[in-house]
Amino acid sequence: MDLGEINPVLLVASLMVAATPLLLAAIGELVVEKAGVLNLGVEGMMIVGAISGFAISVETGSPWLGFIAAAIGGAVLSLLFVLLTQFALANQVASGLALTLFGLGFSALMGQGYVGIKPPSMGDIHIPVISDIPVIGPILFQHDPILYLGIALTALVWAVLKYTRVGLILRAVGENHDAAHALGYKVIKIRILAIMFGGACAGLGGAYISLIRVPQWTEGMTAGVGWIALALVVFASWKPWRVLLGAYLFGGITVLQLNLQAAGVAIPVEYLAMSPYIITILVLVILSADKSSAPASLGRTFHASH
Amino acid sequence: MTTPLLSLQGLTKAYPGVVANDQVSFDIGEGEVHALLGENGAGKSTLVKMIYGLVKPDSGTMLLRGQPFAPPEPRAARGDGIAMVFQHFSLFDALNVAENIALGMENPPPMGDLASRIREVSETYGLPLDPYRTVGDLSAGERQRVEIIRCLLQDPKLLIMDEPTSVLTPQEVEILFETLNKLRSEGTSILYISHKLEEIRTLCDHATILRLGKNVGECVPSETSARDMAEMMVGSTLQTPERSGREFGKVALDVSGLSVPSPSEFGTALRNVHLTVREGEVLGIGGVAGNGQDELLGILSGEILTTADAVKFNGQAIGNLGPTPRRKLGVLTAPEERLGHAAAPNMSLTENALLTGSVREGLESNGFLKWAETKSFAEKIIEIFDVRTPGPENAARSLSGGNLQKFVIGREVLQNPAVLVVNQPTWGVDAAAAAAIRQAILDLAAKGTAVVCISQDLDELMEISDSFAALNEGRLSAPRPTTGLTVDEIGLMMGGAHGMEVAHV
Repeated sequence: MDLGEINPVLLVASLMVAATPLLLAAIGELVVEKAGVLNLGVEGMMIVGAISGFAISVETGSPWLGFIAAAIGGAVLSLLFVLLTQFALANQVASGLALTLFGLGFSALMGQGYVGIKPPSMGDIHIPVISDIPVIGPILFQHDPILYLGIALTALVWAVLKYTRVGLILRAVGENHDAAHALGYKVIKIRILAIMFGGACAGLGGAYISLIRVPQWTEGMTAGVGWIALALVVFASWKPWRVLLGAYLFGGITVLQLNLQAAGVAIPVEYLAMSPYIITILVLVILSADKSSAPASLGRTFHASH
Repeated sequence: MTTPLLSLQGLTKAYPGVVANDQVSFDIGEGEVHALLGENGAGKSTLVKMIYGLVKPDSGTMLLRGQPFAPPEPRAARGDGIAMVFQHFSLFDALNVAENIALGMENPPPMGDLASRIREVSETYGLPLDPYRTVGDLSAGERQRVEIIRCLLQDPKLLIMDEPTSVLTPQEVEILFETLNKLRSEGTSILYISHKLEEIRTLCDHATILRLGKNVGECVPSETSARDMAEMMVGSTLQTPERSGREFGKVALDVSGLSVPSPSEFGTALRNVHLTVREGEVLGIGGVAGNGQDELLGILSGEILTTADAVKFNGQAIGNLGPTPRRKLGVLTAPEERLGHAAAPNMSLTENALLTGSVREGLESNGFLKWAETKSFAEKIIEIFDVRTPGPENAARSLSGGNLQKFVIGREVLQNPAVLVVNQPTWGVDAAAAAAIRQAILDLAAKGTAVVCISQDLDELMEISDSFAALNEGRLSAPRPTTGLTVDEIGLMMGGAHGMEVAHV
């Protein structure tokens, strides 16, 4: 055992990479849930985004086009959820589960010809001077652009929800859809847009795994990140910055426990492997002890009765 | 004659199977308070939704100051100066007052300016409000202020109010009326919907009466008696419940020194509640909703358990018994919420009859259900209480509110309770059905049952109860005989006006 082998700078830098897929998916789901919709299909939308992004960037050679395709892929799959829950008024839980199962199967089919290929890589941003600062430079300023996009999206979602009218209307729809309808807001339209935003974010998160974090394509490679994103939104009390905190905590402990395993710490691997889940849940449960609660219309089907 | 502010001409709206409005025409003048009267299902709500742009009429026209007016959505109606205070508050609990108000406006100013305007307008009209409080923490009266101020900030020409006083104390009603009178004197027209005929007589200049979607008459409320208006609404003569003079027996239900925290987050804890009810006595419990009514019902029904001695039935300690053992002893309850608490919405009336009737009516043996007996019990309820339904196999959800209420009250009454506790027995029920339910409660008391009636309808409590107590923030006032009690005294028992003041401009 040699804990000295763990390089703290690399550790922090890689935790940000490990956390980004989770952050992207969770911030999208947060917007969906704030609009009062519970979409359990995050895992399915992520994996479809992962293969869409992978396939397009391999075919075109451009990781940027790949990420755009991933966002579109996730959003298109979320339209299936829209169709089921907003128009056919199907149960949201069942529809979300169906979306995940469908996404996993469909992505496996699409990915047949892509196993074992290496995707074109997206270079890290290198800003002169600040990227070269010791310690801080490698941690904060030597990453790929999508990682920064994740942080920017978190800030954007927070600001829009808190300070803008669009955000207020979105929260209102999630809080009491009947009242929002009575005031003349288009509940279904707002929800469709929110669901598509969530789909696009999940798609980006999936593509981040297949194009940057891993980078390759294997069936089912999202490996439950979508489910963790769902739990994270709840434990983060629907607050964007807490989602970021939770995602980084989870990513950090994941990376740390991998490092500990490599360093040969005398704790059984199973305990190390479960530690990110336990610690993330514990911390967020303690944080969520304040009185904030779920959007009141979450998961309820809206039907304009008049 | 001057052009009326709003003129409705031949408005018709049909839904599958029912014509909600059939050729309704009337005018609302400038600065007029116009009452819209009718029983449940008479089409009042549909009519105001058409004016507010939530529903499009099938035929007919509306003229606003002589110009054709057909709002495609509420936004357009608001733009034309029409504002509405909803019956079921259209508020968002998790948002604060200013955010709620901003949602109801077309072009809200920035939050800071809006907050100061809310303060200004709320003080002008005597409805003080803190713009940054979360709406979920406000009382019913304060929530209504939020709705009213949301309307007033837009300088409405026509203010539509759907059942505004059902949740207010008498003092709060008085303040509301001052505000409305002030609005009228400023030239705002008001369309006022209410079941409470005495209120309409004091407030309104003109009334239109709807029955089964048709305009069946108009009157000047101050010159028409409440009874005449009620009969126009119902279309037949009204039976007033009769109560026979009777002797009270021994104490049947005794609650002493009970303090219980509320099981729900936004609930009210009960504090040091004492009450006794004798055989044959009807105890009326008034008070604004949310002051501990649900908790009190829960304690009497056995849904909330206490120490054994806190609740006694005929001297026997029952505080730690659940609902089923209490039913066996004869303590029955009918809660307020019909769908979901008193009845299971998707189950048939037969199944619902079984749910509370199985113990006392012997509808099961050794764990097996006796469907034939259950069905005849359900049929008996339907027949005796005149529940309008094709048969007991229909789902509870399919019944109208009034009919289902008759069913759930009838179900308890027919089980010969020794103690019956009802919460809001005639809530949302039209005049004829309400009279039938009240009569059934009085008949039961005449046979020696001790009745506790929790209600927010003071007229109802005055009509049927022998003694009256009020719940205010979880405390129960000392019961007083109903005879000779004045409205002012009742208002004070209910806790006064919760810091409201009369308009002073």
